[in-house]
Amino acid sequence: MTVDTELLNVPPEKLVVEGVSKTFRTQRGSVHALDNVSLHVREGEFVCLVGPSGCGKSTLLNIIAGLEMPDTGKVLADGKAVTGAGSDRMMMFQESALFPWLDVMGNVLFGLKLKPALRNKERREVAKFYLQLVGLEKFMRSNIHELSGGMKQRVALARALAPNPRVLLMDEPFASLDALTREQLYGDIQEIWAKRQKTIVFVTHNVREAACLGDRVVLFSPHPGRIQEQFTVDLPRPRDISSVDLAKYSTEITRALKRHLKPEAVGEGE
Amino acid sequence: MKRWTVFALFFAAFVVTWEILVRKGIWPPVMVPSPVDIGKYFIASIQDRSLLDASYVTLKRLLLGYAIGLAAGLPLGLLNARFKICADTLGLLALGLQTLPSVCWAPLALLWFGQTEAAIFFIVVMGSVWSIALATDAGVRNVPPIYARAARTMGSSGLHTWLKVIFPASLPFIVSGMKQGWAFAWRSLMAAEIYVIILTGFGLGTVLHFGRENHAMDQVLGIMIVIVLIGLLADKIMFAPMERFLHRRWGTAK
Repeated sequence: MTVDTELLNVPPEKLVVEGVSKTFRTQRGSVHALDNVSLHVREGEFVCLVGPSGCGKSTLLNIIAGLEMPDTGKVLADGKAVTGAGSDRMMMFQESALFPWLDVMGNVLFGLKLKPALRNKERREVAKFYLQLVGLEKFMRSNIHELSGGMKQRVALARALAPNPRVLLMDEPFASLDALTREQLYGDIQEIWAKRQKTIVFVTHNVREAACLGDRVVLFSPHPGRIQEQFTVDLPRPRDISSVDLAKYSTEITRALKRHLKPEAVGEGE
Repeated sequence: MKRWTVFALFFAAFVVTWEILVRKGIWPPVMVPSPVDIGKYFIASIQDRSLLDASYVTLKRLLLGYAIGLAAGLPLGLLNARFKICADTLGLLALGLQTLPSVCWAPLALLWFGQTEAAIFFIVVMGSVWSIALATDAGVRNVPPIYARAARTMGSSGLHTWLKVIFPASLPFIVSGMKQGWAFAWRSLMAAEIYVIILTGFGLGTVLHFGRENHAMDQVLGIMIVIVLIGLLADKIMFAPMERFLHRRWGTAK
């Protein structure tokens, strides 16, 4: 215990990815998804991983989540090796992945019910708090199919936030939404990130989105998946996706992205 | 309400036409008993309790046999979906036996259990268990993997994932399998009761069989009507509420 307390005085990096490689073998051959990738994420940092499809950014996210294991290399969360999925690193997907057999409240309660320390009444209060945070407390008795795409992602966000993970892993969570809804959610996620002090790793192929959300934008290139460049986005928050300053960053990143895209790799798919 | 009026009118017209056809002698009474005769049979058989007793015996067999079928079929389906070795052995067996009308088990059941309730339970269970297992299996295999992944990141694993995610996610399949299992159980039971005399109790099928032996077609048709009514009732009481829930939650149909 004293050792732990001692170590807490010098907080370790929130997430450490060290020399991670991963190859998927399928019947049609093998895909070298990640090649010797290293990444450090500070406590409270918002990091965006950008790159074309097939660059391994989602794979890296799955490995950080503990849903997949790297072939070589290691992942540390709070200085401890990641050996499996854990509710300290909550994942959000492109599809909401909400459970259709539960209503909105039931979905948000799902992760909370896995926390034995809480009583049921407290769980409900916590769930209500997060539904309020995403502006959907009026819909807590709704069925999932009754919600719009944006509302579903909001519920998914509330569900991921409810067990109070320190780290949020987001895999293109807004990719299937319309532009207007997406813009609202950019505002929401920045607000929640600041309010709840989360560490966020956010995967996207939308450079502008990455520049809008990230403290840091990490650029991946495919075949094999590698980190090519990193950009620090030094803009005040909340950021507006259509601001001119932001456009400068996204132009710069896009240019770099094109430079790193090997011509033969284009269009090969995932 | 309007639907019910339409149905009541249609049904009344049907019965009246039938009665007239029999009275005019167009349908010979030997071939087709009149609705009034069937009504008389109902009154008599209710008064001497023979119809109620037979219904009780049959329902008890059906419910118990079906319950056993469910209790065996659901876990079997889950096992088949979870373990490849189970799918390659029991799963294949289930697929094969599901195609076998379960009344074919009657000769063996009689040999093994004698003319007892056990024999009839065996036939009913054989009728329902396989379709329930197959539907559960298919249901589990159709659960989008993302549900389990989402659950895992929320700290769910092992048995918890199965009970709280995989099982509820496959409910639409399971309920339709349960319905099919029920229909098979009901048919197996009737076939068995008509085909085999079970000494420990006379069910509806047995009474129908006696009706044939005595050429009491009012009795035969009366029992047929009771069988239809029980089937309808089971659907409305047991399955309709479950299906309503599924449709409401999943947003399917209507």
